[in-house]
Amino acid sequence: MTKGKKVVLRFPHRLVDKPIVYRLVKDYDLQFNILKASVTPKEEGLLVLELSGKKKSYDEAIRFLTEAGVETQLLVQDVFRNEDRCTHCGACVTICPVSAFIVDPVTRRVDFHDTKCIACELCIKACPVRAMEVRL
Amino acid sequence: MTKSIAEINEKIAKGQAVVVTAEEVIDLVNKKGVAKAAKEIDVVTTGTFGPMCSSGAFFNLGHSKPRIKAGGGHVYLNEVPAYAGIAAVDIFLGATAIPDEDPRNRIHPGEFNYGGGHVIEDLVAGKDVRLVITAHGTDCYPRRKLETWINLESMNEALLFDIRNAYQNYNVAVNLGERTIYTYMGVLKPNLGNANYSTSGQLSPLFNDPYYKTIGVGTRIFLGGGTGYVAWHGTQHNPNVLRTEKGLPRRGAATLAVTGDLKQMSPRWLVGTSFIGYGATLTVGIGVPIPILSEEILSYTAVTDNEIFAPIIDYFEAYPQRSPDILGEVSYAQLKSGKIKIQGKDVPTASLSSYSRAVEIANILKGWIQKGEFYITESVSPLPGVDSGVIVKPMQERPFEEEG
Ligand code: SF4
Ligand code: SF4
Repeated sequence: MTKGKKVVLRFPHRLVDKPIVYRLVKDYDLQFNILKASVTPKEEGLLVLELSGKKKSYDEAIRFLTEAGVETQLLVQDVFRNEDRCTHCGACVTICPVSAFIVDPVTRRVDFHDTKCIACELCIKACPVRAMEVRL
Repeated sequence: MTKSIAEINEKIAKGQAVVVTAEEVIDLVNKKGVAKAAKEIDVVTTGTFGPMCSSGAFFNLGHSKPRIKAGGGHVYLNEVPAYAGIAAVDIFLGATAIPDEDPRNRIHPGEFNYGGGHVIEDLVAGKDVRLVITAHGTDCYPRRKLETWINLESMNEALLFDIRNAYQNYNVAVNLGERTIYTYMGVLKPNLGNANYSTSGQLSPLFNDPYYKTIGVGTRIFLGGGTGYVAWHGTQHNPNVLRTEKGLPRRGAATLAVTGDLKQMSPRWLVGTSFIGYGATLTVGIGVPIPILSEEILSYTAVTDNEIFAPIIDYFEAYPQRSPDILGEVSYAQLKSGKIKIQGKDVPTASLSSYSRAVEIANILKGWIQKGEFYITESVSPLPGVDSGVIVKPMQERPFEEEG
């Protein structure tokens, strides 16, 4: 594996201040870019990394993270908005950890920037009319 | 300058009425001044599109053969229970009803994906829904069980009847607690993580007629995509609250009870809604026309978001405990900027009601009036005003051990 993989890491509250990520470099010889880091409403840490290195080390690193209690998820663009259903209310705007929803100051419509989306799925249940969907 | 509703309706009939939205009127009044603008403008249209829990619908299902008496029995539409405590085949379905089997908040926060509001949306979308009735059986209504598909077209009457909609102002909800809370004002993140509000501000019907000089019982309105009427003042109507110098209420104040023919309505303007951890409801579109009978009435419709203030309430402690504490007031202009300051902290804001859809409603209503499809009504009876003595009373509990 030479091309980077984008992975979403969710750290439960108890792991948020533990030094875990540096071990990806030290023990697994992976390189990483931090694409996004935040603390979500559930008070878990959320980190989106682009990881590159050997395929074998990558698999081992993911296993290490899972065993340490970090939830990992390969980032795929699988959250989309049902445009017919969206009422442009704005309830999702402050829920999204990466500000993928932007209110147009003139029209007051809510624009969804799906390229920013890290598929954390927080908006799925927070959207009152269930306009946000996960593509299977 | 004064105009009568009859004169305005004559102009509507001739296709000559000058109609503008409550947003457009702001600029016009700024440019032309109140006197000139009041002469020119006949009607100002308003709009709001937000979740309104006190909504529901009455249905007459038609009589089956042999007959069944739902009254006193149990009725379900797509598993959602309806109220059957009236005559044989009249029922009422409330927006917040949920199936008996719904897990509710057993695993917190519950999802509430389908409820009464969703049934109403499905019906106005023309879909078939499953009707199940169980009854006790009588000599004249012998059947005890009925299961059938049914749709809106096959029913006799179908009436949206919302006992409280279109709140004149509402709380801005925040969370001072240490954990995320799930409320009817949406998901509130801990430690002032966000602030949610829910009115269309300068476009909202009752902010444009703060003393109810034109809106009253019998006022014809846009309701759910069809025409409806103000049936009464809404529940918890509370006109005598703190007001700004211009008379705009700074707290939740007046409300409207509204009704209309569900068969004319559309799923674009009645949308089944789910608040995670809270429940199901219905998002309702309402637009009220305001006839410009005088300069005073016009000047009220020129209200802007920076003149309207709402109270900030903590939904972690103050709201559930019914404490009167507020964390301050903010204007709708501040709320719409995307960020407000509370206790020195920048708090991002979000709306639960759709301003862009409210604009759309005001424009649709404007179009109806311009085309002569919608006439203005004289109200039959005014809404209780500031001096009416009408107030909201909190409940005083009296334990059963005390004398009844
Ligand atoms: S919360 Fe849902 S309906 Fe509202 S703007 Fe976001 S995606 Fe659209
Ligand atoms: S899933 Fe929703 S909340 Fe999460 S990043 Fe994508 S748009 Fe934002």
